Amino acid sequence: MSHPTLEDDHTDHHIVGPKVYGLILLALMAMTALTTGIAFINLGVFSPIVAIGIACIKATLVILFFMHIKYSSRLMMLTVGAGFFTFLVLITMTLSDYMSRAWGLW
Amino acid sequence: MDSHTVAVRRDEETLHHEAEHPPYLRHHFETVEQQREAVSFGMWLFLLTEIMFFGGLFMAYLLYRNWYYEAFVSASNTLGIGLGTTNTAILILSSFTMAMGVYSAEMRNRRGLMLSLSLTIVLGLAFLGIKTIEYHEKFVEHHVPGATFSIEDFVHPKDSRDAALAPDMAQHAQLFFFLYFAMTGMHALHMIIGISILFALLWKAYQGNYINGHTATIDNFGLYWHFVDIVWIFLFPLLYLISRHPLH
Repeated sequence: MSHPTLEDDHTDHHIVGPKVYGLILLALMAMTALTTGIAFINLGVFSPIVAIGIACIKATLVILFFMHIKYSSRLMMLTVGAGFFTFLVLITMTLSDYMSRAWGLW
Repeated sequence: MDSHTVAVRRDEETLHHEAEHPPYLRHHFETVEQQREAVSFGMWLFLLTEIMFFGGLFMAYLLYRNWYYEAFVSASNTLGIGLGTTNTAILILSSFTMAMGVYSAEMRNRRGLMLSLSLTIVLGLAFLGIKTIEYHEKFVEHHVPGATFSIEDFVHPKDSRDAALAPDMAQHAQLFFFLYFAMTGMHALHMIIGISILFALLWKAYQGNYINGHTATIDNFGLYWHFVDIVWIFLFPLLYLISRHPLH
């Protein structure tokens, strides 16, 4: 048992290997290059949408693979999802409050 | 029954107990798997409070960026995109080395763990070094909000692609730089704390810890380090990219 392998992992615990980590690293690096390149192209209102969209994909890859959420229980998935959902609710409610009165007058 | 017999009995009980359960399984958990789940659940709850903490700063950024858009465009373009992109790559690479540290601990590979932790420390310090260069530039250029801030670069821009701002709008560039320092500063503080913990983990790994199947400490630190990476993944486009001047 001194050198366990992926196969003899007898519990539900999933060990993520270097191959997966390497692929995620490459994807993250490629998307960093992509988002920096796209920043120099004028896409009008879509510029921030594309930049935030790429950032969201990168963050999702980190959470799913580096942080093992893809291999975790539903409790963990729900916890992480609930956290980000609550954050979005707070942003939406704060913004709707600001937007519905005296926008930009401070 | 004399005291010697009692002592022997206790040893036998302990041995029997350890054969059933690994020594790191705390008595209030049924199984190793349950303990593992509880440990990372607790860590994630902490990380969710961190999301809320950084969330307030992101909310402030969102609001002021929309209100003082011209000031944010001009101020954002004063940041060096080369240094910013390099730092993003360095931090992503450090997340990879940390993930490999978690893997090495799982594989009970002490040398691999120590190498991964060391590389993560080096990459983290490289990130902070580049950040220091960037901060220094801001001080030299009088772009730090406060008494030394100068609107000169924004009212009379050196780059022809920059719009010349009215003095009151140019003042709002301070808001961008305030948020820049607050957000990247808070992020850097998290990295300084992280690197300090990494030194402690490296020392403990050198002493032979974390390779007995009980990897909770390394797992949880990995979660923390990846979280700090995620914060930067959002800070980078928001601060450096969104308002970039297109190439001609």
